[in-house]
Amino acid sequence: MSRIKVELHENQVIALKDICKSFENNPHELINVLHKTQEMFGYLPAEIQEIIAIEMNVSVAKVYGVVTFYSFFTMVPRGEHPISICMGTACYVRGADNVLDEFKKELKVEVGETTSDGKFSLNCLRCVGACGLAPVVLVGDKTYGRVSPEGVKEILAEYLS
Amino acid sequence: MSKYTVNLKINEIPISVEEGTTILKAAKELDFRVPTLCYHEDLCVAGNCRVCVVEQTGSKALVAACAVPVSEGMEIHTNSAKVRSARKHIIELLLSEHNSDCTKCYKNGNCELQSLAHEYRVGDHVFADLVTGKHTIDNYSPSIIKDDSKCIRCQRCVRTCTELQSVSALAVAYKGDKQKISTFLDHPLVEVVCTNCGQCINRCPVGALIEKTYLEQVWDAINDPTKHTVVQTAPAVRVAIGEELGYDPGNRLTGKMVGALKRLGFDSVLDTDFTADLTIMEEGTELLSRLKRALVDKDPDVRIPMTTSCSPGWIKFIEHTFPEYLPNVSTCKSPQQMFGALAKTYYARKKGLKAQDIVSISIMPCTAKKYEADRPEMRSSGYKDVDYVLTTRELGDMIKQAGINFKNLPETNYDSIMGDSTGAGVIFGATGGVMEAALRTAYEIVTGREVPFDNINILPVRGMEGIREAKVKLEGCLAEWSFLEGVEVSCAIAHGLANARRLMNAVKSGKVNYHFIEVMACPGGCLGGGGQPIPTSKEIRDKRASAIYQEDENMQIRKSHENPEVKQIYEEFLGAPNGHKSHDLLHTHYTARNKY
Repeated sequence: MSRIKVELHENQVIALKDICKSFENNPHELINVLHKTQEMFGYLPAEIQEIIAIEMNVSVAKVYGVVTFYSFFTMVPRGEHPISICMGTACYVRGADNVLDEFKKELKVEVGETTSDGKFSLNCLRCVGACGLAPVVLVGDKTYGRVSPEGVKEILAEYLS
Repeated sequence: MSKYTVNLKINEIPISVEEGTTILKAAKELDFRVPTLCYHEDLCVAGNCRVCVVEQTGSKALVAACAVPVSEGMEIHTNSAKVRSARKHIIELLLSEHNSDCTKCYKNGNCELQSLAHEYRVGDHVFADLVTGKHTIDNYSPSIIKDDSKCIRCQRCVRTCTELQSVSALAVAYKGDKQKISTFLDHPLVEVVCTNCGQCINRCPVGALIEKTYLEQVWDAINDPTKHTVVQTAPAVRVAIGEELGYDPGNRLTGKMVGALKRLGFDSVLDTDFTADLTIMEEGTELLSRLKRALVDKDPDVRIPMTTSCSPGWIKFIEHTFPEYLPNVSTCKSPQQMFGALAKTYYARKKGLKAQDIVSISIMPCTAKKYEADRPEMRSSGYKDVDYVLTTRELGDMIKQAGINFKNLPETNYDSIMGDSTGAGVIFGATGGVMEAALRTAYEIVTGREVPFDNINILPVRGMEGIREAKVKLEGCLAEWSFLEGVEVSCAIAHGLANARRLMNAVKSGKVNYHFIEVMACPGGCLGGGGQPIPTSKEIRDKRASAIYQEDENMQIRKSHENPEVKQIYEEFLGAPNGHKSHDLLHTHYTARNKY
């Protein structure tokens, strides 16, 4: 039966159905629909996946498969300040994993999770192409270069005020 | 536009085939078997396992034989040094992610990966062992066990569930080394729309999907001197059990099967075909009574078309997908469940046994029946009506474990009092069989004459086409049924849930008008059930179907209402079809379920 934990307001459901309609409810446009929906809603919880499945006439298992396949799609709300740590070759070789561990320690979350106050979410990225600045960390749109584990606290402090 | 011919060479041998033929099929015509894993003739091409790669002269990369169509002048080598080396590496890679638990594994001896590894003598762990221990086993379902540690991600199960059955409970999720076959939100199968049809099990090349087995519990019951074990056998089992024991598909082995069950130690070996005949009496009466309510009483609440209810995969499917049509489903239980209810009441009484001392076991071609037996409403006897359901495969295992030399067994008859059956009962195992059995009886009840088909073989309802229609005109009706004079009874038959969905959508659209619909969840009907011997193919199902219809032809009595034990049970116990007692024991209700 229904496992609904996220209550969607009527106008949110309407907006969601409109997104599907804008792609003519064509099942082949599933990725585009998910993309626009995440833009609007911020994330793609089970409840939204169910509605999209019904509107687009695809199975909910398939929607789930697509959402879990793409790193960009998330089923948990991103934090106010989404943190992405580049794990490409250059960054990795220059200690990105230690930087990641420090973020994990400071924020007390695992990769893919959001802090309970909703301020930060932690994710890994593939190479962003700024290898000269390795190790690279993105917080929202801001890029930090040559990040060291010692410098993590300082970065976070910028957003805590 | 007619197809043109393509000329090519495979292993230096020239061959001409129709355009569009894959290299795999062309090689098969030349009697070369290219090994495959993700390929299955019932499903669309996937091309993900890469086991079937072959060498094409002029191409640097090896090509997948299952997916690439032939082209003019192509030169293919299926067993060159390059191919052999690639194949070995691919098998090694697959094994590195596979929990090679062969001695304990249910598929030992019938595993396509095992056979492939054996063919190439592969087994040294050349690649890192990626079977972490984090893989989950989903054994919450009473019917299916899903062991991700053995999955090779060929996606046959996903394609089966999505294309063949249109249930789409399974999908591919995540990626890289975390890729797995999963369900919505990774829920256990029993919590999503899985219908338990087991078609995924039939097509899984390895032991990632198997049925939940109850062998040990059944052995315990047999060996318990205080328990009286009653076993019932479904029609489709007798034409397929041979495949588990070294026979070719399509052998009728009823007598030996009964003999084997006796030797296994069951106290009483009885026949589900008996309750199949009973189902016809109950369901036929129900259909006629609905028609009367519609045509005579003009009752606005009566629901037509009526659908059959003996396929538990179909029942769960309609509960999830078309719950608004549940009132259309016959209230009759399946033959298995009717049998269970009677085993612990009628049979117990006749044999002077206490119901609590009876252990009721069934041998089924079906995995959904395991779920059905567990349904909370299936306790009409006051106890669990069917205690354990075993698949045809499990019976094969029991016979082997007991060391019975099946081939040498003499023909043995079923016991009484629920062991008599008719040809109408045995054809339940094939798609269209329930319809044919029902028509043979209903027509005769209404007109007093046999169905107007040669040798009462109602050919229009037979065959393997996904959706079939038939019309039978009722003329010269007896006085009691005069309201049906001239009525053309319109029937539809569907097998495989994708076809069931199409049929129900057609009914929903109002574009079709049927009186009676038979739906079997499995392609081919029960003979293609999720509990039948593996592998499955159209050819094998056709052979099992022929065997079933032959069995029918060779039976003395071929109409359900002429079964003497059926007449006896009404006289002595039930009263009349759809009577009070029948309603208590032989009828049931359904539960609307979540869409997802």
